[in-house]
Amino acid sequence: MNFETTIGLEVHVELKTNSKIFSPSPVQYGVDPNLNTNVIDWGYPGVLPSTNKGVVKSGIMAALALHAEVEKHPHFDRKNYFYPDNPKAYQITQKDTPDAHDGWIEIEVDGKKKKIGIEEMHIEEDAGKNTHGNKFSYVDLNRQGTPLIEIVSKPDIASPDEAYAYLEALRERILFTGISDVKMEEGSMRVDVNVSIRPYGQKEFGTKVELKNLNSFNYVRKGLAYEEKRQQRVIMSGGEIQQETRRFDETTGKTILMRVKEGADDYRYFPEPDLPALDITDAWINEINDSMPEMPASRRQRYVNEFGLKDYDAMVLTQTKEMADFFDAMIKLGADPKMASNYLQVNVNAYLNDEQKDLSETEITPENLSTMIKLIEDGTISSKMAKKVFKGITEGKEPKKFVEDNGMVQLSDPAQLQPIIDEVLSNNPQSVEDFHNGKDRAIGFLVGQIMKQTRGKANPQVVNKLLMASINK
Amino acid sequence: MSEKISKETVSHVASLAKLELTDEQLPYFTDQLGSIMGIFDSLNDVDTSNVEPTFSVTDQINVMREDVADNWGQRDALLDNAPDVSDGLIRTPTIIDESGD
Amino acid sequence: MDYLGKDIFSIHESLVNGDITAEELTRQTIENAKKNDEDINAFVVFDEENAIKQAQEIDKAGIDPDNVLSGIPVAMKDNMLTKGVLTSAGSKMLSNFKPIIDGTAVAKMKEAGTINIGKTNMDEFAMGGSTETSFHGKTKNPWNLDKVPGGSSGGAAAAVAAGDVLVSLGSDTGGSIRQPASFNGIVGMKPTYGRVSRWGLIAFASSLDQIGPLTRTVKDNAVVLNAIAGKDEHDMTSSNKEVPDFTANIDKGVKGMKIALPKEYLGEGVDKDVQDAILAAADKYRELGATVEEVSLPNSKYGVAAYYIIAPSEASSNLQRFDGIRYGYRAQDAKNLEELYVKSRSQGFGDEVKRRIMVGTYSLSAGFFDAYFKKAAEVRTLIIDDFKNVFQDYDVILTPTAPTPAYSLKDEKDPITMYMNDILTIPVNMAGLPGMSVPAGFSDGLPIGMQLIGKPFDESTLYQAAYAFEQNTDFHKQDPKMGGAQ
Ligand SMILES: [Mg+2]
Ligand SMILES: [Zn+2]
Repeated sequence: MNFETTIGLEVHVELKTNSKIFSPSPVQYGVDPNLNTNVIDWGYPGVLPSTNKGVVKSGIMAALALHAEVEKHPHFDRKNYFYPDNPKAYQITQKDTPDAHDGWIEIEVDGKKKKIGIEEMHIEEDAGKNTHGNKFSYVDLNRQGTPLIEIVSKPDIASPDEAYAYLEALRERILFTGISDVKMEEGSMRVDVNVSIRPYGQKEFGTKVELKNLNSFNYVRKGLAYEEKRQQRVIMSGGEIQQETRRFDETTGKTILMRVKEGADDYRYFPEPDLPALDITDAWINEINDSMPEMPASRRQRYVNEFGLKDYDAMVLTQTKEMADFFDAMIKLGADPKMASNYLQVNVNAYLNDEQKDLSETEITPENLSTMIKLIEDGTISSKMAKKVFKGITEGKEPKKFVEDNGMVQLSDPAQLQPIIDEVLSNNPQSVEDFHNGKDRAIGFLVGQIMKQTRGKANPQVVNKLLMASINK
Repeated sequence: MSEKISKETVSHVASLAKLELTDEQLPYFTDQLGSIMGIFDSLNDVDTSNVEPTFSVTDQINVMREDVADNWGQRDALLDNAPDVSDGLIRTPTIIDESGD
Repeated sequence: MDYLGKDIFSIHESLVNGDITAEELTRQTIENAKKNDEDINAFVVFDEENAIKQAQEIDKAGIDPDNVLSGIPVAMKDNMLTKGVLTSAGSKMLSNFKPIIDGTAVAKMKEAGTINIGKTNMDEFAMGGSTETSFHGKTKNPWNLDKVPGGSSGGAAAAVAAGDVLVSLGSDTGGSIRQPASFNGIVGMKPTYGRVSRWGLIAFASSLDQIGPLTRTVKDNAVVLNAIAGKDEHDMTSSNKEVPDFTANIDKGVKGMKIALPKEYLGEGVDKDVQDAILAAADKYRELGATVEEVSLPNSKYGVAAYYIIAPSEASSNLQRFDGIRYGYRAQDAKNLEELYVKSRSQGFGDEVKRRIMVGTYSLSAGFFDAYFKKAAEVRTLIIDDFKNVFQDYDVILTPTAPTPAYSLKDEKDPITMYMNDILTIPVNMAGLPGMSVPAGFSDGLPIGMQLIGKPFDESTLYQAAYAFEQNTDFHKQDPKMGGAQ
């Protein structure tokens, strides 16, 4: 029997707004427990939520990034359930009118491109955090009310590799909107996975199994691959898949039964009466659309087509929005694309790695790096000198001034170089003779002498040209 | 809609609402809920096939707050009001059921 | 100080003239209210210390002669957050709860210079019409101590009727200001939904709740609404409509005003004495130059059924936060979380609250939403449309406030009969309209109230109509006897 796999992914993305979705408390972690909480976050009697415009805007940005249709008249709904990290015992979310619906993103697996549909996406509030001790549990509500976008895929994902590619593509596009850090390891991206299999040709989907504890894209892929095989084994041996939740074990790479689902949860959804409905105008959507950053796929295409960069280089440059923006800014300032690409990938990335810093935390700017590249291009400095200049840049120095202050200007004027060359030639007749006898190495020695005379400032290309002309006279 | 509500249903509803009904309370509430649901039968007489529901009568639409953070500094007062706290955290008896969302 | 026969304006004059200081007034007010409370139990708690401190500050600053509310003692319903002062919503669940903030209406009253002397009794979480379900005991009707004061703002109404205070703030979800006002022979206004911020009002049913004033006179009522109305950034459903001075046109009379008398509100189930009082009021209005004509609001009769789905549904969700974890009552003997939830809630809530939570939970539960909650919301639309129709031709609608005068405290009450008592007030909340109750007669020594219903945000016209009636009748001039059955 041959099977096909159907994978559904629900991705929660935490938005990095200044304030929470329904309360003005700061969105900020690593602070004392409950520090960023107020009466709203605690679900006090008599308090009311207030909608954060920044969250609604982020929702629209995500919708646009995922080619989804923005809901024009969304409202919020209540999802009722008890849990200590859920202070009102209802979560304010969107059920009837999700923020956006019917989007898609393109993935590529083994060179084949495929569109994965997005069913819907909605904005909602995050819960607080529980920690569990022996006899007690503890509640910190700092995270309560952090804005989330939940993105629900259509059942288009047919393999663990496609799931991985979908998550990569999704992460990248969200990252480039700038609305979230989308880091799984920090919890700003969380993935819920459903997977079912069915024999080829069968119309109905198989019974869904939910996977938990998938803390990286890789684990998602591994967990799905394991689960695909497990379900096949169960069916082949005449068993039945039950609706259950399984936990992925990172050490063994297996999934382990957590619990069997008994009936559907009853969340008693209804429209949130404390928040007026929204009216999203076309004008606002257009305004947001106009200010949307260019998505990474489109940037990569542009870098390859317009600047002649290699696919690999374009990929590296679009790893983060920060880097891609930096590169684009350098091009705007007139830097040579290939040189800019090269310096970013080699020198800048090495520096960031050594220093464990983000670009924004350094002194490097598109302005100073472009200036340095121009100094190389016009021959003012050599690429060897550029290493020193780059170090200067990282220390906050302006390249032109740094070059002048350190007497690093390259000697390229033939009128100045010719007398020095003449002098070196007349002082080293043996080398001249060796050259004429076919010993090419002699040239290297002569150049070295000229460099020594000019204390390394001579432009090697100009020196070479003048030297060859003089020696062959 | 007019079927009388059963004890099982009342028990289920009570458990959804985290309420406990004693053996004496269950028939009492079942009976009362049944008569209350009876009032709702009159709504069957109303044709609402072309009627939009009204969930709110506010005259407001599109009210939003600017995304500006403001810590109201209520942490200590909130913790003081809580029945059981420990090191700035709210303390509860241990959570057995891990099914929270 | 006993406020029978007085109003804000007369007390203001005494304060401005220096006949009495705000501190003296406050002390005497509390003293008198405490004495009356031995009979009527209108208050849950007095906030003597803060009240006197505040009065002293007002005396120090001097009474503002241009602000009639300066130095006037008032009372707040126990479901309105008062910083540092018990706010229990009449429930064991919050019997130890002291909020850390003032609600907006409370804060606005304070800013206006009034002095809150305490919290008034109410049905638990405002779920009731008789103030018999309070954790703090029943409140009694000052007109007859064997009768209920109505509810859920029964303490608020009884306190004003007994002369404890001139002003109390109540809340009204299905009639909880107007019905007790009617039972107590005073003036009660439920403003348009969104007119007054709900921030700091412990929610019963969010799409229906409104705060409003209970007072001895119509003009006092308008003055208080002036102080509490307006947009509040904390309540997104509060309206940004301009707030007029509600006293500006109050004495313009009713000549030429078109008043509608819906026949469904005077039918079966409405006491003969009540019917007669309303018909007499209609005649009074005709006499004063208004047109009064019979109209129909055919869908109002479905109001109770729709309301008892919508309100409990919203309430079931609103009251889920009372789980024993962050504030309020926590059961002591819980071994695990599930037990903590179940025991805290089962011990903390009374039967009426449990009933409504269960009805609401059921109405929203899987498979029933469309048949119950959504259906009720559709019927709500029809009720609203009826009102819109009538208001195309009329300025005000006149009805009884309640089908009967205050009933006996002793009677065994079944929930259905109790729910049916709200039949005349509920449609107003469903439509979010302003509605007020004004004294309009007596039956066996018990007050009868008439309800005036207005267009959205047209409280001014209601006050105008109510004032004209009040100034041409004597009902509001009678005082309760504070005695038992005659
Ligand atoms: Mg979900
Ligand atoms: Zn979610």
